Amino acid sequence: MNRLFYIGVAIAAVIVLMAVFAPWIATQDPNVQDLTARFLTPSTEHWFGTDQLGRDIFSRVVYGARISMIVGITVVLICGTIGIFIGSVAGFYGKWTDKFLSGYLFNVFLAFPGLLLAIGLVAFGGSGLRNMIFALCIIGWVGYARVMRGQVLKVREYDFVLAARALGASNSRILSTHIMPNAIQPLIVQASLGMAGAVLAEASLSFLGLGIPPPAPSWGTMIEDARNFFTIYPHTLFFPGLAIALTVLAFNFIGDGLREYLDPKQRAR
Amino acid sequence: MKHKFKSILRQLALTLLVIWTVVSLVTLMIGLVPGSPADAILGETATAEQKAAFNAKHGLDKPLFFFSFSSETGFVWNGPDNQYVDYFKGLLRGDLGTSFRTDRAVSEMIAERYPATIKLALASMLVAIGIALPLGLVAGTNKNGIKDNVASFIALLGISLPTFVIGPVLVYIFAVKLGWFSPTGSLYPEDIILPAVTLGAALSAILTRMIRSSVIEELGEDYVRTARAKGLSERKVVLKHVLKNGLIPVVTILGLQLGVLLAGSIITEKIFGWQGLGLLLLDDGINKRDYRLVQGCVLVISLTYIIANLLTDFIYGRLDPRIRLS
Repeated sequence: MNRLFYIGVAIAAVIVLMAVFAPWIATQDPNVQDLTARFLTPSTEHWFGTDQLGRDIFSRVVYGARISMIVGITVVLICGTIGIFIGSVAGFYGKWTDKFLSGYLFNVFLAFPGLLLAIGLVAFGGSGLRNMIFALCIIGWVGYARVMRGQVLKVREYDFVLAARALGASNSRILSTHIMPNAIQPLIVQASLGMAGAVLAEASLSFLGLGIPPPAPSWGTMIEDARNFFTIYPHTLFFPGLAIALTVLAFNFIGDGLREYLDPKQRAR
Repeated sequence: MKHKFKSILRQLALTLLVIWTVVSLVTLMIGLVPGSPADAILGETATAEQKAAFNAKHGLDKPLFFFSFSSETGFVWNGPDNQYVDYFKGLLRGDLGTSFRTDRAVSEMIAERYPATIKLALASMLVAIGIALPLGLVAGTNKNGIKDNVASFIALLGISLPTFVIGPVLVYIFAVKLGWFSPTGSLYPEDIILPAVTLGAALSAILTRMIRSSVIEELGEDYVRTARAKGLSERKVVLKHVLKNGLIPVVTILGLQLGVLLAGSIITEKIFGWQGLGLLLLDDGINKRDYRLVQGCVLVISLTYIIANLLTDFIYGRLDPRIRLS
């Protein structure tokens, strides 16, 4: 494992802990406004300063981790499950099933620029956590399905699959107990990169006003709020921006490290 | 030849099928609107007559699709006179409908703003290549060295930093502190620089990584050894031989990324007030709930993306004889 992988794991662990223990870590209520304390610069009382409504930025960043992690983990779990199922079916059954799934369905979902489809779905269906997760899942599963299909195509040719078939195992049993466990490894990389993608997409949608409505402390919404004031009060944008960048960087580090570890060819480079 | 013709035909057929599905999805998305578009546009104070007139004017009084299904009515066959057929018919004539807000043709509104977005996407592509080419080459030719690590780290930073963080930071440094550019707007030619750098940053990072691994791979090929054995300088080997072959996969990424840039430009256009399609979609479409305009914008961006992908496939095939022959 390279050093960046461990740095990524450390940062990700801090963010996950921040999300889980937000009520204990946050120094103040993230939504309490104090108009007499607007735009305060970082101090011992307000570690990251305050925003345009006098809310404590540190506490909002801590609670923002919760939103990012909820969206990221939910999207990765749902997309992963759908992707594993569809990818396995396409790779295992082949023929017309594969032609329809990988030749047509994958291409349809890859034909949309991901963020645009999410924007379209949220624009028509309305903003909010549920709709946003739905939109991100609609675009996210294809990546997992493609990787899984490729893996299943490879694993199904192995001798132990032939042996299972010779012993009279059914298709569903071969797929679920023999092929899937042996094909799933590269999906960990996909999940890690998918986590970074989901966090970024959530922040992007919130920045565009299509994510979780205010006053919820989403990092994207915080940056959108800070946009009008950051030239005078840069700290309002700096901390949520740093939080997003570090989170995405951490999961990218983990994904890259895992990929290198799992792929000896990459390791040699 | 016959095989090549067949594969082009197959690809065209698949593209048409994908376009049909994308158009269908966009057309049917209007059914997701909670309540109805008339409620959203006219508000709660509108009378039933006003809503009926609005629906009739925009063809919303017709059923959405050939059939509908609900728990109350069950399965109902609506026949061919529906919104889906109307939208497709209009599309074949190049008509994307009329804006719910301004009564202007959506195609006309898009045509006004599209060139600005294309200009921004192409400029950001140039910026990305300008950054990635030297960075990727330096990283690839110094594998695992300090230069490689620095270049790779910059690339990873570019991927991880979102547009809406890079954009305001650039505005703060180059517009507010240094005063070199105006923070927003698209009036003067130099106004494109900051948005192009913002939009191109992520792409430059992807390209840097791509060029790096491509250069590393090509450096291990036999023809490089031959070139070196001929006595060519390392500089000539890299620039004349390695780079030429190493850039082939980059072309694919560039083509695929054009669509990503078009979609990503929505955020950049918002940050810089760039009067392109993204801002039209966001400000006039989504924020004002002009669903017909949203449909048009999503469709045009998606179709550009699909066509860019198709062209990329063809160009890729032409560039590398191995791909052409396979």
